[in-house]
Amino acid sequence: MTPRKITLTVNGKTRSSSAEPRLTLLDFLREHLSLTGTHVGCEHGICGACTVNYDSVPMRACLIYAVQANGHEVETVEGLCNADGTPGPVQEAFQEAHGLQCGYCTPGILISVTALLRATQNPSDKEIKEGIGGNICRCTGYAQIIDAVHLAAKTLKGTSA
Amino acid sequence: MSELPRKNLLHISRKRWVKEDKRFVSGTGNYVQDQAPVGCKHVALLPSPYPRARILSIDTAVAEALDGVHAVLTGEELARHTEPIIQGLNLPNVICYPLALGMTRYAGEWVAAVAADSVHIAEDALELIEVEYEPLPAILDPELAMAADGPLVHPEHGSNVLFQGKFTWGPVAEDFTSADQQLSFRARWGRSATVPIETFGVLASWHEGTETLNIWASIQMPKYAELTATALRIPLDNIRVFNDVDVGGAYGVKRGIKHTVLSGYLSRKLGAPVRLIEDRMVNLASGDAHGPDRIFDTEIAFTNEGIIKSLKIRALDDAGAYPGRGPFQLAKPISAITGPYRINSVHYEAISITSNKCGQVPVRGFGQAPTNYMIETAVDKVAAALGLDRFEVRRRNLICKDEFPYMIPSGTEYDSGDYHTVLNKVLDISNYDTLLKRRKWLRSQGMLAGIGVATCLEPSGGNTMFEYLMNPSAEITTFMESCQVRIDSHGRITGIIGNSSSGQGHETMVATILGEEMERAPEDIRIIHADSRAGFPTVAPVASRMAIMLGGAAAGAARKLKDRIMQIAGHNLGRPVADVEYEGGAVYDRTDPARKLTWQDICFIAHNQGHKMPDGLEPGLQTYHVIKVPNSGKLPDAQNRVQLYPCFAFQAHIPLVQVDPGTGKVTILEYYIGHDCGTVINPNIVRGMVIGGVAQGIGAALYEKFAYNPDGQFISGTLADYVMPSVFEVPYVEDVEHCTPSPLTSHGQKGTGEGGYLGAPAAIASAVNDALAPRGFSIHELPMRMADIEELLNGGENT
Amino acid sequence: MKAAPFEYLLADSIDGVIAELANSGDNAMIIAGGQSLVPMMAMRLARPALLIDVNNIQDLQGIDDGADGIRIKACTRQSEALASPIIKKRQPLLAKALPYVGHAQTRNRGTVGGSIALGDPAAEIPLVATALDARVTLQKKDGTREVPIDSFYDGPMMTTRAADECLSAIHIPQWQEEGRLGTGFQEVSQRHGDFAIVSAAAQILIGKDGVCRRAAVALGGASGFPLRIAATEAVLTGNPVDKKVVAAAADAVDNAIDPQNDLHASANYRRRVAKVLVERVIKEAALGAEEESP
Repeated sequence: MTPRKITLTVNGKTRSSSAEPRLTLLDFLREHLSLTGTHVGCEHGICGACTVNYDSVPMRACLIYAVQANGHEVETVEGLCNADGTPGPVQEAFQEAHGLQCGYCTPGILISVTALLRATQNPSDKEIKEGIGGNICRCTGYAQIIDAVHLAAKTLKGTSA
Repeated sequence: MSELPRKNLLHISRKRWVKEDKRFVSGTGNYVQDQAPVGCKHVALLPSPYPRARILSIDTAVAEALDGVHAVLTGEELARHTEPIIQGLNLPNVICYPLALGMTRYAGEWVAAVAADSVHIAEDALELIEVEYEPLPAILDPELAMAADGPLVHPEHGSNVLFQGKFTWGPVAEDFTSADQQLSFRARWGRSATVPIETFGVLASWHEGTETLNIWASIQMPKYAELTATALRIPLDNIRVFNDVDVGGAYGVKRGIKHTVLSGYLSRKLGAPVRLIEDRMVNLASGDAHGPDRIFDTEIAFTNEGIIKSLKIRALDDAGAYPGRGPFQLAKPISAITGPYRINSVHYEAISITSNKCGQVPVRGFGQAPTNYMIETAVDKVAAALGLDRFEVRRRNLICKDEFPYMIPSGTEYDSGDYHTVLNKVLDISNYDTLLKRRKWLRSQGMLAGIGVATCLEPSGGNTMFEYLMNPSAEITTFMESCQVRIDSHGRITGIIGNSSSGQGHETMVATILGEEMERAPEDIRIIHADSRAGFPTVAPVASRMAIMLGGAAAGAARKLKDRIMQIAGHNLGRPVADVEYEGGAVYDRTDPARKLTWQDICFIAHNQGHKMPDGLEPGLQTYHVIKVPNSGKLPDAQNRVQLYPCFAFQAHIPLVQVDPGTGKVTILEYYIGHDCGTVINPNIVRGMVIGGVAQGIGAALYEKFAYNPDGQFISGTLADYVMPSVFEVPYVEDVEHCTPSPLTSHGQKGTGEGGYLGAPAAIASAVNDALAPRGFSIHELPMRMADIEELLNGGENT
Repeated sequence: MKAAPFEYLLADSIDGVIAELANSGDNAMIIAGGQSLVPMMAMRLARPALLIDVNNIQDLQGIDDGADGIRIKACTRQSEALASPIIKKRQPLLAKALPYVGHAQTRNRGTVGGSIALGDPAAEIPLVATALDARVTLQKKDGTREVPIDSFYDGPMMTTRAADECLSAIHIPQWQEEGRLGTGFQEVSQRHGDFAIVSAAAQILIGKDGVCRRAAVALGGASGFPLRIAATEAVLTGNPVDKKVVAAAADAVDNAIDPQNDLHASANYRRRVAKVLVERVIKEAALGAEEESP
């Protein structure tokens, strides 16, 4: 009930605002920090549209209260862009393969895929499914998403030292 | 690969990035919930706990007093200030308001609405509203609902039948009498919908100074502004719908009239922007967005060689308490009522019923997916009855490529097609012989395994003539589209379209066509979405119509501009238009090619140099084009025969499934689809639509159901209950394209937006039944859930 | 779907938690991973006046390996358990079940203790805990007690944990007998990662003579809470795990369970599938035992 000051690192920057405990991290990111790239799909942890990287691992932002995130690190889809705001390599792979249509589930998928590719450089189809199995897409039927992940893996491998 | 000679096309059919994707991958899409103007109020909705009840009293005093609450609205107040929402059928005694008035007619129906400083506070206030109900017996079974006695959902309507019509096309009685064999079956399409990840939402903001209701909504709805204006009793041009809102998936279901009327009313009342975003529970239970819920009783007359002569179909559909445009999903499929087959005659009885369930909404295909499921079930049954191969029966019945244009008994002419080639192509990529071996091996391991087949049509282009078949007072023969194109003084091309998009890539499609016509790079062409007051005629992206209609309008506008450019160039080169050549935006003198005007020259002249313009030509370079639906404009004849949609895309599906005999679990192991939508404008967009549609079809076939318990309580209230396929449930679909251009469209394109959804449920049902056949079982009800299949297999045994 | 208002406390020690629970009793709830609690709060099915966050307490994190078994502290993430070499080596049945628990994203936040404390009759971790005779450590202001798992579950999502008790760890004992160990885990769910409609877990120990020395078989989703099927175990113990014995062991399930109807499946479905899955996990365990080097 009583609003609490919340300070956390989002996409590498320190951000601060006050919110009552019942505000979810999802709503906090969207409404207090104007980071509307993370989307609301169900608010009960099933669809994955709200996925963010929290302390470097992908989680559902609708299932964390913002007060809990105090002192923690969050990465959202906006943080995947280059410094000039242009799409980063994973995002570009999704453009190339058209691994999206309406774009609503896309930020959650990009976060899950980014986490996957950081942990596994050359994921198999099975590993890709495990990585995005918690993100529902209604538009694509997943084929072009899988194509995009393979392409992203290839691109990242090509650019790594 | 497209059959259209590549060398004739610059940009169409070439792989190209989809423009819209950039903002979506960056997380900078513009969805309605991303907009929160200062002073915005937020809405929460109070659901009715009963499927049918009289509302005796609503006490809102305590709720209104809660800090942060600005209004608590009930049905009574809304009914005083708004008109009932127009339903699609002519039903003057079926009254629908956004909030229940006097009675609630389904569990979850909105009884009150709260507008507050936040959704949190609004939901707190809901708990303080006291409603007294008198529960009444509910109508939940559509067949029982037809009975003359018994409770009525809308007593003033006099019955629970919203529509009942019979259509006979061709010599049905003779065909049945003369046929070698007949059979009949029942097939049931369960209540589901193409539920999007983004729920419906609307932001309404009344601006008193300009008397304008500004609306941003996650919308895909013909006549959205018109219906809202009528309900709110304000002139149509007082409404401005912003179409540059990105819609997070629609697939037919984002209609939201009641949400918009409610929010619009509140905004005017409060003098503040009001935002209503469905939460997921409201979205599933009470958004009035359930899909067809249909029982087919079908009789087939056929020869010993498996030639289908005639069909008698009774389609009984439960449209819920507030039908909206839902019932039209019984009539649109008349446009392909005989599927891709050469069937001589059809009798079709369509019945729409009201019940104490959530209202129905158009779903991707507008009734075609259930109808295709029924038709394909019929074909498989003919094959089984005769001991013939299912593919062979299809080959014998499929219309041949030299028979086009082909007139079906109900009066629609199919524009073009080469069904046999597409079928052969998909058999080829499926390595059918290997598929058979795999099925055999799986069966040898104790699994049930099946191969499915479905060949079906996607009517595309739109034409609301089907409305007339169900509502003759609506003589609507126009379903136009338009596009405005301008070239500015810097030489930049802008295309302006009049509706919103929900992932179909309209900007890319239009830019590609404009680029094709103007011979300029689509990447350099900007497409913007004008608001609803920008003044040109448009309908929504429904009916698989945009490539045909918007594409056609764009092509038309571009051709007009090209003419103008030629005239300006000819005038300045001192040559007649016939002697100048357009190439890549420059125009040169054919008799002396060194003499030319560049694109920049022409643009500058048009915008700045009236003294260099030919007489009679307007300054500037801008135009728009409005197109009619090809092959449209006629009313039905005395036998109710009429051309419905103009263009027909074709798909052939082959899945391989395994069914666990112990648990009933279905796993789709492989999936192949061949599709022909004529000229492909953007290959990635088309493939996405086809495969995305398959995934939704898998959901409808195996997982998704809006369920009510015997007490009328809605029990699919969350996404844990209404389960949608994840990547684990959808195999990697292999697809192959074929191109039989349409003779009716600007570049031979047909629609493909409904995609695999139209055939996948049929194909999976075919595969599951192939798997169950060795055990002597079959299942003709969707969804075919694990427990249903296992019950079929093992339920008869003594356990 | 927004939660009802609540106050929030980030606890820094177990003592802090139990002191607060002693004060607040029924009005407070502990939040660990929140993967089940937060949705319930969003739907206002749970409305604690005070939420006590235990995610910051080091004493609630980690997996200890001991001679008599392993001890998983309550707030250990399911993802950590999945990656744990200790669990892989020492409790292979749990290692088999963990990939079925939700999805990667929910395992990154959800905890082992949270799943045990919730006691969903279809959840995988309570099922394995039941199969393996786990003991649950409950701490409160007045002291600590260890409860055997078969006294912990009382009904669907009902446990014998008092409102002022904090679940701090589960202990899974090691089977000490000589022999070859095999495990089996199977579940049926609508989709991959969904809660099981029916699930079965088995661990068997085969002696040198090929006879089953010890068996643990448990079912989820077939009763109000995960259930050891003593009758099935009795059929297996002392016999070779052959076709006839497996069939008889599966048959013994019938009288032991009390399945319910719901949206996803009927009681009859659960009853039949319970037997199918029990048969399959026994076979899987037997095969595993055979393949294990003596």
